[in-house]
Amino acid sequence: METEQKELSNPAEVETIEVSGSVALLEALITEGTDVIFGYPGGAIMPIYDALYDYKEKLNHILVRHEQGGIHAGQGFARTSGKVGVVFATSGPGATNLVTGLADAMIDSTPLVCITGQVFAHLLGTDAFQETDVINITTPVTKWNYQITDATEIPEIISKAFYIARSGRPGPVLIDITKNAQIQKFDYSGYTPCNHIRSYRPKPLIRKEYIIQAAELINQAKKPFIIWGQGVILGEAEQEFKAFVEKSGIPSAWTILGAGAIPTDHPLNVGMLGMHGNYGPNVLTNECDVLIAIGMRFDDRVTGRLDKYAKQAKVIHLDIDPSEIDKNVQTTVPVWGDCKETIPALTDLIKQKEHKEWLQKFRDFDQNEIEAVIHNELHPTSGELTMGEVIHQLNVLTKGEAVIVTDVGQHQMVACRYAKLNSTRSNITSGGLGTMGFALPAAIGAKFGAPNRTVVAIIGDGGFQMTLQELGTIMQSGIDVKILILNNRFLGMVRQWQELFNEHRYSFVDIASPDFVAVAAAYGIKGRSISERSDITTALQEMLNNKGSFLLEVMVTKENNVFPMVPQGCSVSEIRLK
Amino acid sequence: MSNQNDTEKPSGKQEYNITVYTENQIGLLNRIAIIFTRRKINIHSLNTSPSEIESIHRFNIVVHETEDVVRKLSRQIEKQVEVLKVYFNTNEDVIWQELALYKVPTDIIAEKASVERLLRENGARAVVIRKDYTVFETTGHREETDALIKILQPFGLIEFVRSARVAIIKDSDGFNRKLREFEKAEPGEEVAENEYLNNGQKIFTM
Ligand SMILES: Cc1ncc(C[n+]2csc(CCOP(=O)(O)OP(=O)(O)O)c2C)c(N)n1
Repeated sequence: METEQKELSNPAEVETIEVSGSVALLEALITEGTDVIFGYPGGAIMPIYDALYDYKEKLNHILVRHEQGGIHAGQGFARTSGKVGVVFATSGPGATNLVTGLADAMIDSTPLVCITGQVFAHLLGTDAFQETDVINITTPVTKWNYQITDATEIPEIISKAFYIARSGRPGPVLIDITKNAQIQKFDYSGYTPCNHIRSYRPKPLIRKEYIIQAAELINQAKKPFIIWGQGVILGEAEQEFKAFVEKSGIPSAWTILGAGAIPTDHPLNVGMLGMHGNYGPNVLTNECDVLIAIGMRFDDRVTGRLDKYAKQAKVIHLDIDPSEIDKNVQTTVPVWGDCKETIPALTDLIKQKEHKEWLQKFRDFDQNEIEAVIHNELHPTSGELTMGEVIHQLNVLTKGEAVIVTDVGQHQMVACRYAKLNSTRSNITSGGLGTMGFALPAAIGAKFGAPNRTVVAIIGDGGFQMTLQELGTIMQSGIDVKILILNNRFLGMVRQWQELFNEHRYSFVDIASPDFVAVAAAYGIKGRSISERSDITTALQEMLNNKGSFLLEVMVTKENNVFPMVPQGCSVSEIRLK
Repeated sequence: MSNQNDTEKPSGKQEYNITVYTENQIGLLNRIAIIFTRRKINIHSLNTSPSEIESIHRFNIVVHETEDVVRKLSRQIEKQVEVLKVYFNTNEDVIWQELALYKVPTDIIAEKASVERLLRENGARAVVIRKDYTVFETTGHREETDALIKILQPFGLIEFVRSARVAIIKDSDGFNRKLREFEKAEPGEEVAENEYLNNGQKIFTM
């Protein structure tokens, strides 16, 4: 078997050879460079798992504890590694458990190939055991999906799946394979990766005239402002972007998915956009004269009230997805294309500049924000612990080198605001969907995607309880993930809204938790819980120094609010400091 | 093309004919339909058919919306992997037809109406004449097929059905040349076109 596999993985050496659909699938994955799969077996995918038994050396299958955990792990892997995440699940409930992760990956443009088993083709539509219409359930949350009912389709469809998942604007692809196709033997003649589908144009031609117009606008601008998103990271254009920012001298702010594309402490990085973003970037969005949006999609959490968003500005929008242009914000100059190519083209045409006074305005707003919010959050001297001071100490110890994976809620906003990021692919969070339960499994995947980096999952007491069974995955795989629970004994973000907008009517946000350290111990994971300021540094140090995973619970103040805040329905310039 | 923001003035709504050239793929109809249903937009008419090119399918979709909404819908449709190209046109820009069938009781219609005149005046023809019922057919615009309903109603119209709309774009020279571009690995300008390049052109294309 071993020798046969070696031949198989190198298509050049084989003419045709009879293999099962399952073997053809695994060969395809290997040729695509897959080395880790997050999955969970079941009846309808058993032939694939049977084939996997002989591929243990080449394909590292990580058994998760729930398919949602599997797909979030696939996402975490894709986000740190830049590769396509691969996920296996069985039919019916296995497949439906993927839906949240698919929706998350779709809205956050994460490249995934998910393989689901399906009942025998002759049983389709008969309400067979564990049959669900996976293709129709997942159509709105996949970039592409396809059902294979005949093994001969496997090589071509898998090659299309990988090509579609990673090209253009990336996204999740689901391939549903009926059991008969997994078993069926056919004449296999090797695997050819796909690089062209005639109906699919992932990369548009770049229109020089728009680059010229954009450069003219930038060169004339007095108060230009760059806002960037994950497109810079997905396009692997961090270097090009940095060169553009530095030559233009333009203050630049990020969406939470764009964080880290240039380092946090870069002199032209003016901070975070959006509902809980920094003061200056929000207010000055409504003062800039040219707004240069790069690889971002004007999400409502970023824009606040649209009819009062940057109305004074001329907007240049660089995006690879033409449907994003003019979707939410009317563009003056659309630069449709891959930012890896459009950014350097633009850099060539712009003048080297500094915008000292304009940049100073951002710094002045920073000063206000530091005095009103940041100082108290990061350096409190009395009272209960804040989330911010924990993140601040973490920065000191990791020096900004760690991968930060966050869940959803107050801790997410605090971590995104304050975490120091020296490099790209360091901030892994569920941005568009806001999926609680994302962080723990995503951190597992993130570590597989970046095995040499420290991965810290920052999670709330609520979100941790949504996917804590993945502690079992950590235990069994021996992966090293640092888990930092910021426990405020509330569903904090919802409580904050109830306090501010529902007159303190705390409706079902009071959440009880188990002894998290004991839970971790039950999985053989070391842990510690602290509530004293004097313990923060030593406890974080213990967590980081520990060989293997570690769970640190920090009891933080119960009713702290995340500020600044742009209340829903308000303009970005109406951002509140308290 | 104008860049006015029609979402702020709902009065800009009119009928648009969306023409979609696609691969022939199971599931694509659903992928296209949910682009409308997700936004709670009613599809007035939807027709799928072969196109001038073997293996390429053509959807004709009619919606009553503003240009801005239709442009956004078209972009979402064109984004689908198996969609080659999307055009949207007002009624003035297309030649369109709908086909309708009417079933009436033969005895009443023969006795009470001047069938010959009725057919002539409405451009209709009899498809089936049986003792018990007769089926008429007419092809045309909505008002024309509607008019015949009113006329036949007094004679005991038993059944009526109208087909989806089919439409040909006046200014289009077909899809053959474009398809050859799509088949190349490196796209030419034809494929990389977008609306901003085609200001002068009568076909609204993305
Ligand atoms: C799956 C899911 N359910 C519900 C929500 C709504 N939601 C957003 S934040 C939040 C509270 C999160 O509480 P916790 O995990 O304790 O974090 P905290 O806000 O306290 O930091 C809730 C319930 C969500 N985002 N995701």
